[in-house]
Amino acid sequence: MDVAIIDSGGANLASLVYALQRLGAKAVVSDDAAVIQAAPRVLLPGVGSAGNAMARLRAKGLHKVIPQLTQPLLGICLGMQLLFDHSDEGDGPSDGGAGTQCLGIIAGKVARMTATTQLPVPHMGWNQLAVQQDDPLLTGIGSEAWFYFVHSYCAAPGHSTLAQTVYGAPFTSICSLRNFRGVQFHPERSAGPGARLLANFLTLV
Amino acid sequence: MQFRDHRVVGDILELAQRYRDQDADELVFYDITASPQGRSVDRGWIARVAEVLDIPFCVAGGIRSVAEAEAVLNAGAEKVSVNSPALSDPALIDQLASRFGSQCVVVGIDSQTTPEGWSVHQFTGDPDRSRDTRRDTLQWVSEVQQRGAGEIVLNCMASDGVRRGYDLAQLAAVRDICRVPLVASGGAGTPEHFAALFEAGCADAALAASVFHSGAIAIPDLKQFLKSRHIEVRT
Repeated sequence: MDVAIIDSGGANLASLVYALQRLGAKAVVSDDAAVIQAAPRVLLPGVGSAGNAMARLRAKGLHKVIPQLTQPLLGICLGMQLLFDHSDEGDGPSDGGAGTQCLGIIAGKVARMTATTQLPVPHMGWNQLAVQQDDPLLTGIGSEAWFYFVHSYCAAPGHSTLAQTVYGAPFTSICSLRNFRGVQFHPERSAGPGARLLANFLTLV
Repeated sequence: MQFRDHRVVGDILELAQRYRDQDADELVFYDITASPQGRSVDRGWIARVAEVLDIPFCVAGGIRSVAEAEAVLNAGAEKVSVNSPALSDPALIDQLASRFGSQCVVVGIDSQTTPEGWSVHQFTGDPDRSRDTRRDTLQWVSEVQQRGAGEIVLNCMASDGVRRGYDLAQLAAVRDICRVPLVASGGAGTPEHFAALFEAGCADAALAASVFHSGAIAIPDLKQFLKSRHIEVRT
């Protein structure tokens, strides 16, 4: 096995599994703590809401396992947001509640993006990155590369920000702390640059 | 397009990869006869497309339930698009958004120009069943957003297939009340039509089919043209 994909509920792990297949990587989808702990690398994807995903991780005890992992971990989209302390996103579509306590690996909170008729939310489409710090994850990926984003919540730039992207305001598009990394975009749907980023992750030890 | 024929599926894969290689930003697969025939889209081809395609794609056609949408998303599609079923059962939009998140839920709207404004049509994939629902397009645009739509594809029927340009007046009216991404559909005939759409700022993306399928416009040429007009495109 090259990588374990944490099953955080939600649909649509298939596109990530296929992207890893295209790279020739052996991936296992699991919500079993022992399998995840033993994996050389871990992916934390996430489609759906922060509340549902955290409830699923808690039910399996993974909210305690994930912060203790020492191998390279990459959170994707919602999976990146879960690395932070807190998300404004609640359980329902109205998200009127107190939000969701997340994994607390990276300090900071995830907030809802503000929609206008000129900047609709969800932010959906292809954008570039302004890289703040170099990282092996970005080897061979130039500043002209485009990545595919789909999200309604984001983390403001902070100490852990590796790259940021502007949509109305700047937000964290890649974050990193120790062995934990997160990308707000979907590398599995970002054509060549996304494949390169995943390939780079698969070389991390 | 009929998706049930295996030979056609092969054609779909080839076409999908060709558009991907030409830097298409997203693909939408419409099974336009699914709703009028009362069946949902076949799933086999979706997984095969997902295996080879590394750009986002959306599947539309006869998705009438959360379970059907889940099967499509589990097969590897990014988004599901609902049109006729949402008109028959608007609560479907709420259910899909609640289960999968708004970012997965596209609502397609076939909108016809009337003396008073615009009205929504249903079952447009079958000329015998296509009908005017008498719903006001702008009211429907507002309602689907309240119900949790994450994207709207507005197909302007009066422009569709005519290749005389997008319906900028209608798109601007919808853009004014739209807080989610709005995709313009219907009317693209020349690169100039795409430029006019984006320069007017009344849509977030442009969808076209026949001009690409026929080879009338090549996507790389179109992107270079838009770039020369200072419109930001991924190349």
